[in-house]
Amino acid sequence: MTMPTTASGNRGLQLEQGLIFELNTPGMTAVDLPPAPKVAERLGGLKNTKAIGLPGLSEPDVVRHYTRLSQKNYSIDSGFYPLGSCTMKHNPRLNEKMARLPGFADIHPFQPLSTVQGALELIDTCAQWLKELTGMTAVAMSPAAGAHGELCGLMCIKSAHEANGQGHRKIVLVPESAHGTNPATAALCGYTVEAIPANAEGRVDVAALKAHLRPQDGKMEIAAVMITNPNTCGLFERDCIAIAEAVHAAGAYFYMDGANYNAIVARLRIADLGVDAMHINLHKTFSTPHGGGGPGAGPTVLSAKLAPFAPVPMVVTAGSGFDVEEHAGHGEARQSYGRMKGYHGQFGVFVRAVAYMMAMGVDGLKQASGDAVLNANYLLARLSAELTPAFDGPCMHEAVFDDRFLKGTGVSTLDIAKALIDEGVHPPTMYFPLVVHGALLMEPTETESKATLDQFVNSLLSLARKAKSGTAEAMFKASPQLAPRRRLDETKAARKPVLRWLPPAGNHEGNGDTKREAAE
Amino acid sequence: MRYLPLSESNRRDMLNVIGAGSVDELFRDLPKAALASARFTLPTTASEIEVERTLSTMAARNLNCGAAPSFLGAGNYRHHTPASMDYIIQRGEFLTAYTPYQPEISQGTLQAIFEFQTQVALITGMEIANASMYDGATACAEGVAMAARLTKRTSALVSGNVHPHYRDVTATCMKFLDVAVECLAPDPTGVEDLIGRISDEHACVVVQTPGFFGHLKDYTALAEACHAAGALLVVCVTEPVALGLITPPGHMGADIVVGEGQSLAGPMSFGGPGVGLFATREKFLRQMPGRLAGETTDEDGRRGWVLTLSTREQHIRREKATSNICTNSGLIALAFSTHMTLLGEAGFTRLAQLNHAMAVTLAERVEKLPGVKLLPNAFFNEFALRLPKPAAGVVEALAARKILGGVPASRFYPTYPELANVLLLTVTETNTAADIDALVAALKEVLS
Amino acid sequence: MSEMRFTKDHEWIKIEGNIGTVGITQFAQSQLGDIVFVEVPAAGKAVKAGGDAAVVESVKAASEVYSPVSGTVKEGNAALPDAPETVNQDPQGKGWFFKIELADPKELDGLMDQAAYEKYCADLH
Repeated sequence: MTMPTTASGNRGLQLEQGLIFELNTPGMTAVDLPPAPKVAERLGGLKNTKAIGLPGLSEPDVVRHYTRLSQKNYSIDSGFYPLGSCTMKHNPRLNEKMARLPGFADIHPFQPLSTVQGALELIDTCAQWLKELTGMTAVAMSPAAGAHGELCGLMCIKSAHEANGQGHRKIVLVPESAHGTNPATAALCGYTVEAIPANAEGRVDVAALKAHLRPQDGKMEIAAVMITNPNTCGLFERDCIAIAEAVHAAGAYFYMDGANYNAIVARLRIADLGVDAMHINLHKTFSTPHGGGGPGAGPTVLSAKLAPFAPVPMVVTAGSGFDVEEHAGHGEARQSYGRMKGYHGQFGVFVRAVAYMMAMGVDGLKQASGDAVLNANYLLARLSAELTPAFDGPCMHEAVFDDRFLKGTGVSTLDIAKALIDEGVHPPTMYFPLVVHGALLMEPTETESKATLDQFVNSLLSLARKAKSGTAEAMFKASPQLAPRRRLDETKAARKPVLRWLPPAGNHEGNGDTKREAAE
Repeated sequence: MRYLPLSESNRRDMLNVIGAGSVDELFRDLPKAALASARFTLPTTASEIEVERTLSTMAARNLNCGAAPSFLGAGNYRHHTPASMDYIIQRGEFLTAYTPYQPEISQGTLQAIFEFQTQVALITGMEIANASMYDGATACAEGVAMAARLTKRTSALVSGNVHPHYRDVTATCMKFLDVAVECLAPDPTGVEDLIGRISDEHACVVVQTPGFFGHLKDYTALAEACHAAGALLVVCVTEPVALGLITPPGHMGADIVVGEGQSLAGPMSFGGPGVGLFATREKFLRQMPGRLAGETTDEDGRRGWVLTLSTREQHIRREKATSNICTNSGLIALAFSTHMTLLGEAGFTRLAQLNHAMAVTLAERVEKLPGVKLLPNAFFNEFALRLPKPAAGVVEALAARKILGGVPASRFYPTYPELANVLLLTVTETNTAADIDALVAALKEVLS
Repeated sequence: MSEMRFTKDHEWIKIEGNIGTVGITQFAQSQLGDIVFVEVPAAGKAVKAGGDAAVVESVKAASEVYSPVSGTVKEGNAALPDAPETVNQDPQGKGWFFKIELADPKELDGLMDQAAYEKYCADLH
């Protein structure tokens, strides 16, 4: 297929848009301000005398700039987004409206506590929901994201070991199928990582795990085991209670990565699985928006053994109202390992999550995990007509396929994903988990209708048949052809990184003083 | 439930295709005992109007800063944000997209990140910047960790003019990496000697501009002393509006600049979410944490952007990654960038001038109050005062008069009696002359 | 000039006198794809057989280059960091990573020769 060319480079509604720096009208601004009072400056000789180099644009030009950029993005609002392990569910606009109430948005973290009792109540409400849903003793509210919550959990674990004279334990066990944040977090906590293999059915090999839990040279080195459950293959770790017992018998702690908590929310309490710590991604399970890469929030629930070491700040009840313990070493925070985030955590994200919890109710949350799992199993069942599932079902909230169905076709998992873009679908997660060859990991979520799933299935089955026909390899390699951009040259981007705009050579004003050579 | 599109007949049809008798059957791998013991004492589903009612009541229990003259800062700042900024970040194509892993259908987010990286590099006076971190405090910890990797040294020196939350978060994170963090005592008068304390064992020295107590200082000599000792200079910025008026850290020799973008990126929201800024020198690129957007071309030769240099990151490097960060603060970074674009050079510098002029106006009046001493000689829009009585009580008394009259230093330093009388006051363009009159009048009463 | 010897991690070493030249194999570069970044060790660095000596990265993968033998690095290939594509173009020639002075030439006996390495790679498929 040949695309018609246009004089402008635009293609109908696909409008090309330069960088703001290329739209510069010097002196222009889209923000008018009242005049400043006439005073003598008190800058102590530190007034900047050089131009910064920021471009000037008018308000209509700025609004059009970002509107055009937005139209180059795929989003949940525009279509099906089955990105495995990312939980791209509908983001209710009620959440946004509530977060913008002046009593939540326009409050300062260091107002007198008597003037923010409603904010503390909101944090406490979110905490109570999370504790009741998980059955856990405490929740650390300040972690900013899933990986930050993992860090919180491991910091609690390390603090507990040190308090108990077990500070020599330096190893964290992580399954091969784990998300990369698990080993990275363990390393940030000063631990070394040992991988435990998966068995043929995609779950932790319990015998291998137990072998790792034996003392080495008479000394127990294992500090914790981190297991994602449901795991990254979309399967529930059936043996998790036995795993927890073995971990505890070895004097170690059981960290459960809650990235996939949305599959089991309101069905069981993770405290009943023997979990010591788990983070909860509010931007997954509780519908707060992903925002093109954050902000999220990763509150971390803790068992009674770990609760004393939780980070500050902690909202606590005081008489008929609330107080905040802001300093480690005092009161309820006397054993706290300290602070890991500024202020009171991701408050605006808490507001959105609470709006969602209240809207869903515990019955709605149970229905949501049920529909999420139903939708995933429906994909697994229908797609098995042409694709090759990596494991026997049933799956939980996501279904994973390997690339056996593409063997000998010359078409790869990547090619299928890129062809799906032309079908108007965001591709599933590719090549993850690493333990599945050429993986396609699909998470439909509960907020998709049967009609949407059927359309996706029909598109993907048709692509699979095309690939197997052996006649369409060139079409696959050339896809996507209908997106705002075709495949981008990532090798070029990485070999000679261009990470910022630079003024054309010879016109060098402003703060930036990077050498021009980086640009080409 | 209004967020769930499946009907009962859909569910039956789908179970038939799957070959399962019920949804519960799909959960058969979950332990039976745990399923049986699960009881939840929680509310059931609520209509939109009920949720709004409950949350609006809760919100109304707070005194919002728009309802009272407000002079709060200490790392979080109330600025006016243009209406078009909030409109843009609420567009679903930005709000409800994921991290831009599929560049062909994520060019909007990627180009916006590239523009953001450029703006952050420009205002800090640095060469490169990343796509953002969680917040300023975590960015500071990441900056110190990066300095430790670059210098292969295991101690850091933190100024008493660094925001106490930045100091605490850094100390917490470094404790687990066995990097010793030497925190100097709080320095409200701005007299501490850092140069005399640098040794060739320090990976970095961490300072802040404007300082936590408001001081503006020239760090050029400090940067030279750091470099002579083989250490790096990390500079924190909690109020980036200042960079519209003051010498940026990059021009004073900073190696790593970290900061908080909230003040330009929308509401304070009780302190979160914010957006961590992170900028450095090009030669340190490989050790920089966080995501990066880079320019390239597509198969038709058209310019485009991709996430690049991801081999530094956790999903490839796993335990050898520069950080475990995965999510950043994309939407708040977009808000920051949109606001910067709306302001432009002219608006940004005028906004900074207005803030400073308003702050000088207040400073000139409060320093004349009996018993009150203005601590910094040079400041931007925030300054510390020493009062003749404990600041916490003064703030409570002002709150009783419906004035949010600053932040007492004792909120951060409860164990330092010498800081009990220190108050931080901030003035921004959101304050009016009437606000300033009201604060000065109320302070006179409360202090008398 | 001696023949090349190979490790199971797909490094090669070629000996001249007491100096070995080390790189990654044709097979390794084909598995990594387009190489975008290379870090070579500085002269004087002491390395152990099997220890980290250099870094090689493609767009989607990062890998350590392990030294096949113990010894002291005499020279890193200074041309590589600016032209990492050389590793794709000529992995067993101009794309060498470093030269090392051998501490114990007997370590070479534990490495594979060309025929053994070819069989080893064939078995990996």
